[in-house]
Amino acid sequence: MQEQAGNMAIRTQKLNLWYGTFQALFDVDLDIKQGIITSMIGPSGCGKSTFLRSVNRINERLGYVRITGTIDVMGENIYDPEVELIQVRKQIGMVFQRPNPLPISIRENVLFGHHIHNAGRKTSKSEDDDIVEDALKTVLLWDKVKDKLDKKATALSLEEQQKLCIARLLPVKPGVLLMDEPCSALDPKGTEAVEELIWELRGQYTILIVTHNMAQARRASEECIFMLMGKVVEHTETGQMFVTPQHKETSDYIEGRYG
Amino acid sequence: MFESTELNRRNETRQKLFRIGLGTMTGILILPVVLIMSTLIYKGAPVISFEFLFTGPTKGMTAGGIFPALLGTILLVVVALLASVPLGIAAAIYLSEYASDNWFTRAINLAIINLAGVPSIVHALFGVGAFVIFFKFGTSILAASLTLAIMTLPVVIVATRESLQAVPMAFREACWNMGATRWQTIRRVVLPNAVTGILTGVILEVSRTSGETAPIMFTGAAFFLPLLPQGVLDQTMALSLHLFVVSTQVPNMPEQLPFGVALVLISMVLLMNSLSIALRMYLRGKKKW
Ligand SMILES: Nc1ncnc2c1ncn2[C@@H]1O[C@H](COP(=O)(O)OP(=O)(O)OP(=O)(O)O)[C@@H](O)[C@H]1O
Ligand SMILES: [Mg+2]
Repeated sequence: MQEQAGNMAIRTQKLNLWYGTFQALFDVDLDIKQGIITSMIGPSGCGKSTFLRSVNRINERLGYVRITGTIDVMGENIYDPEVELIQVRKQIGMVFQRPNPLPISIRENVLFGHHIHNAGRKTSKSEDDDIVEDALKTVLLWDKVKDKLDKKATALSLEEQQKLCIARLLPVKPGVLLMDEPCSALDPKGTEAVEELIWELRGQYTILIVTHNMAQARRASEECIFMLMGKVVEHTETGQMFVTPQHKETSDYIEGRYG
Repeated sequence: MFESTELNRRNETRQKLFRIGLGTMTGILILPVVLIMSTLIYKGAPVISFEFLFTGPTKGMTAGGIFPALLGTILLVVVALLASVPLGIAAAIYLSEYASDNWFTRAINLAIINLAGVPSIVHALFGVGAFVIFFKFGTSILAASLTLAIMTLPVVIVATRESLQAVPMAFREACWNMGATRWQTIRRVVLPNAVTGILTGVILEVSRTSGETAPIMFTGAAFFLPLLPQGVLDQTMALSLHLFVVSTQVPNMPEQLPFGVALVLISMVLLMNSLSIALRMYLRGKKKW
């Protein structure tokens, strides 16, 4: 993997995306820096989820999606025909709005990705134990669940489920974590806990987080992207965006005049 | 202030009328079932014994038991299942997990629905043409079972497809996003969660298959055989056909014997159905999401 590509984790150039004949993204040019938290805000339907879903190529599952332009992740064009989709997904983890742990035990959830990517090689029990403990400790869940690792993950509280969904991405060592409104199904306390966790992960992973919560974007990100109707309006350092937005649309949105 | 008005009272009467009306209809609906079951038990139960179940018919079928027919039905069902279950499940997995929605898969789906509506006598004739004559299996257990398999394939496919589709999309997305292939996703997440529905479908198929007469009549079931079948290329007796024979084809039949045969057949079906319901309740209780 090329490290030098201007330490950009995600770089898109002239990215256009169509669902059938409906164009959802227009000439998106973005440079998302490695190792920081970037938040993405904008009114409903402006294409935030669409953008996220094209970065890990989950969109193409819908047969009718068409893309032009390029998306480079860690310096490599992920839409290059040579690229192995499985490796892309491994490198780029995704967290959804509704926590979606698999209906298996907590332990198996954490190990799922690890086992998938090591299919064929038998992993030892102690290796597995270490992985589970590491991942759950990273997401600040270990103390709560260490005695019930064999319980169904779906029985956890939503907050714990969401943390588990983050934890299960870690064992395969992704570079990028995409989060699509990861806190919107949680109560204020859960939101705070997950935000805190995301902040902890800063530096080790490049995190791109979509949110409808201005306060959250402001608190928990270093750079901020404002999108409107499929276009990027503004992309600056978060503090600056909320204090001195460069565009009228941005300040209107931040002040809650629409969206 | 709170006393009832004219309108309240009228609604109350109407309400009562509807309840009685609908209740009566339900009663009429289950009446035949109750009548059939009680007649069968009343007239058939006395003939049922260990002898009846485990010996062959004697004296031109007017005496003795039904063992060859019972065994034959079980053989027919088992061989039919061996053919239809793997094929049906594979087809359902393909249709629900792999195939994209286009004219071709829609045509296949339509064909499956139509296959379910084809009268069993047509399946019987198809079975004669295809298995007995073309594949040269002769009239045999194999030919009869394959005919049954084709006839019940839609049940397996539809039940499997529906239980696959009942597994939430979020689980699949979670897997794909971690880089699991389609097959890994199916193997590790979709199938384990769909297995209840699939089992139910299979058991329902068993109970349907065991009662069918027309499809096996020309393809492998015989009125009477002195010996038990030795292999799948032999003919066999079967409960459903035996019931037809003893009730209509044999003179001087003791009145109660056909009722006994019918009772055994229907008990088999009911047993299977209750097993399927119990299994479904048990597994559903265990699963949570
Ligand atoms: N699968 C799809 N097929 C067709 N159109 C879609 C599909 N998904 C999204 N769209 C359309 O693309 C546009 C962008 O949707 P997207 O989900 O990316 O918005 P969003 O910014 O994430 O909104 P929200 O804040 O509500 O999540 C919308 O107009 C939406 O209707
Ligand atoms: Mg969205």
